[in-house]
Amino acid sequence: MKTFRSWLWLLFIAPMSAWALDAELLKGLASDENDVKIATIGKLSDAGDVAAIPALQALFDGALFLTSQGKLVIVAGDAAVDAVNATAIDPVPSDLVSIDINNRVRRELNAALAALKLSAPERAVRLASAKQLQADADAGSLLGIERVLATEQDAEVKEILVLAKAQINLKNADPKVRFGAVKELAATSNPNVKTLLAAMFVKKPDGSFVEPDSAVRLAAIDLLNDIQGRLARLELASHAFNGLSLGSVLLLAALGLAITFGLMGIINMAHGELLMIGAYATFVVQTIFRQHFPASFDWYLAAAVPVAFLATAMVGMALERGVIRLLYGRPLETLLCTWGISLILIQVVRATFGAQNVEVSNPSWMSGGVNFSSGLTLPYNRIVIICFAVVVVALVWFLLNKTRLGLFVRAVTQNRTMADCVGVPTGKIDMWTFGLGSGIAGLGGVALSQIGNVGPELGQSYIVDSFMVVVLGGVGQLAGTVIAAIGLGEVNKFLEPYAGAVMAKILVLVFIILFIQKRPQGLFALKGRSAEALA
Amino acid sequence: MKRIPLLYTAQGWVVLGMFALIVLIILPTLNLVVSADHPLYVSGYIINLFGKIMCYMMVALAMDLIWGYTGILSLGHGVFFALGGYAMGMYLMRMIGREGQYQSLLPDFMVFLDWKEYPWYWSFTEHFFYALSLVVLVPGVLAFVFGYFAFRSRIKGVYFSIITQALTFAFMLLFFRNNTGFGGNNGFTDFKWILGFRITDPQTKAALFMITGLTLILALLICRYIVKSKLGRVLTAIRDAESRVMFSGYDPLPYKLFVWTFSAVLCGIAGALYVPQVGIINPSEMSPANSIEIAIWTAVGGRGTLVGALVGAALVNLAKSWFTVAMPEYWLYVLGSLFIAVTLFMPQGVVGLLKKRERLKPAELSPTERSNTVSPKVKLANESVT
Repeated sequence: MKTFRSWLWLLFIAPMSAWALDAELLKGLASDENDVKIATIGKLSDAGDVAAIPALQALFDGALFLTSQGKLVIVAGDAAVDAVNATAIDPVPSDLVSIDINNRVRRELNAALAALKLSAPERAVRLASAKQLQADADAGSLLGIERVLATEQDAEVKEILVLAKAQINLKNADPKVRFGAVKELAATSNPNVKTLLAAMFVKKPDGSFVEPDSAVRLAAIDLLNDIQGRLARLELASHAFNGLSLGSVLLLAALGLAITFGLMGIINMAHGELLMIGAYATFVVQTIFRQHFPASFDWYLAAAVPVAFLATAMVGMALERGVIRLLYGRPLETLLCTWGISLILIQVVRATFGAQNVEVSNPSWMSGGVNFSSGLTLPYNRIVIICFAVVVVALVWFLLNKTRLGLFVRAVTQNRTMADCVGVPTGKIDMWTFGLGSGIAGLGGVALSQIGNVGPELGQSYIVDSFMVVVLGGVGQLAGTVIAAIGLGEVNKFLEPYAGAVMAKILVLVFIILFIQKRPQGLFALKGRSAEALA
Repeated sequence: MKRIPLLYTAQGWVVLGMFALIVLIILPTLNLVVSADHPLYVSGYIINLFGKIMCYMMVALAMDLIWGYTGILSLGHGVFFALGGYAMGMYLMRMIGREGQYQSLLPDFMVFLDWKEYPWYWSFTEHFFYALSLVVLVPGVLAFVFGYFAFRSRIKGVYFSIITQALTFAFMLLFFRNNTGFGGNNGFTDFKWILGFRITDPQTKAALFMITGLTLILALLICRYIVKSKLGRVLTAIRDAESRVMFSGYDPLPYKLFVWTFSAVLCGIAGALYVPQVGIINPSEMSPANSIEIAIWTAVGGRGTLVGALVGAALVNLAKSWFTVAMPEYWLYVLGSLFIAVTLFMPQGVVGLLKKRERLKPAELSPTERSNTVSPKVKLANESVT
């Protein structure tokens, strides 16, 4: 669309509007007097006619020539164009006299060109010229800026122009104009405003402020405070989002454990490796898509989710039937045994996929982010993971509370013997529950593969965190796990700016250790009979 | 003191004496006196390896006290070991003097960080005996404080294991930071002198080896003394049925706290002996994986037997040093299978298997074995009484 418009401009509007140029006025550019040149430039700029740009630009570049007949010609290489009506002149006239300009003219030209380009249809041209105007902040361009401001639609260009205008007005001798300029600045959220305002409070050598009028200074202070507050809120919002994002990652990592450890009471030290298997399943699906379905590569994640779930659920069920089943009632032995399993799984993956990290790339729709005008950017992959976490939690909640399997699971965890007596196949339920928890770990692995390295040691780095989340949340409580995960994520991210990333993590661990001393049952304690069954 | 001879049977004392003879006299002699081309010559590598393994054996002893006898599985013993090592390492770093890369009195990593002087916690570490007291005090105080709060809130079983794991993890992260002042990733290495002796001299190494051996024997005797005493009986009782111990009028807190702190100190001493022999200490010693491995040494040998812990640590580490050289890619399979096999098929460990073969009368079974004859279900019922 944009290219189409510029083509249109080149083809029709540009030559047509070129007719509108006043040949007499344009001649002023060729005057011997620099003052006449400047006056002409000012008139052309104030008229706001885009058609004058080529002539002015040519003058600036030294490509504008006067023929002996007094015609203005723009020469580019071995072609020449009439400066008034943009018609080609062939052959190039031989009697060309160049037009000299000095620095004063050059300055005026610059400002006029920038002001004129503000009317250009291309956004990029307007933006660049607005930026140039703002950097120069010359009183001469004020009129041009004001004219364009009235019609400019693009928010970004407008913001820079407002800034430029205020910047120019701040230098005005009249305090009222300066006051007005400060008020206008309040409308923008540009980070440059802060430096602009701060410059007003610099003290001159004689002790007075750069800004002499106290009313203007007061208004500026108010605005400065406002901006500070806005930046602080922005920072707060970005911390909160990062915390939420980290929290949802922790939640996805720990949710499977909340089922196997929280509900079933099995200390599965191989939980981290289940995450890793989920991540590697994503990698395998990605590779298959890349090789066989490159067209739909962007949607490989949709296939990776069920694959990862099934793969880890199978591994989990095999573990439960093969090993863990034999160790019920001996938690410490389960811990050591599953640790052994995790070592073997790590080595198997290392032997299959190599010890190096494998590359799992984000699908294209997950790269980039939502930009807010205030400067906050929320990456899509983080947003997707937060949404994914919400969906997974909702699914688990539904499974546990609204289905027959969930009913059995809760029955077995609350009173195994009684459930057995009324005909619940406890052994099978154990297997399915463990498979469910493992499968959820696989889903966590899919999410982790999108934000971090995928390597054989992936699980090891999450195992302690996962256990911390479940223990902090209180075993047997989905809500506790959710709140603990989000809470830990937020605390971590809010501590980070003060303590550094590693120290924040250490502090969080110390906090959890202290918290557990105070409240061994975690945030949410089970009450009644089920609590006794788990104790 | 009259009870010391009763710690072991005559046969046991003979075995211990033979061990002492080998470690304190024969091996060092074969290393130092016998010439290198003699068939009986024991290389410096072997001395080094055995010295290292004896440190691990000491750690396994500590683990056996707390896990085998008291039933508390610590996944954080690596921290105490490493802290002891770091305390000794601080002294050794001080002794490098100006022989480092940058010829500064400060360790290289501090020069690298552009530090101008030692941080406060490094003060006095150039004094050997102060460093030795740190070896005991730092792990001891940490264990005491941590244990006091944990045991007071009656954190038990897997919960305790998990938070000790979090503890090592936190410490590992802390020591990985460069700004913590312990060399970050690389830790301490390149030691030159210990008490005025060159640390690379075979004589120094042999001496360190002998000291390690002597400490190990002493540690074994003290541990044996503890478990044979009334204190040890209470510990075993706590392991088997803590609530019943409480109903009988005992407060388990001081008992647990004592054995926990003692165990940590023992680890610290082992770490302090380990560092000059191995010549390096870095934060990876604190990784949760290392701490769990300690548990498997004890489990392989047989929990609640002390000797078992020694045998287990020696076997696993010999296997490890053989595998990591011969076929490194298979070591994790072996270690992983060990974890599974030991927990599933031989809860009594190697010593348990040997004892079974000797067909001991039930009365002579060690406390663990008796407790393990109680079915898990009954045990579970006992626990839930609390």
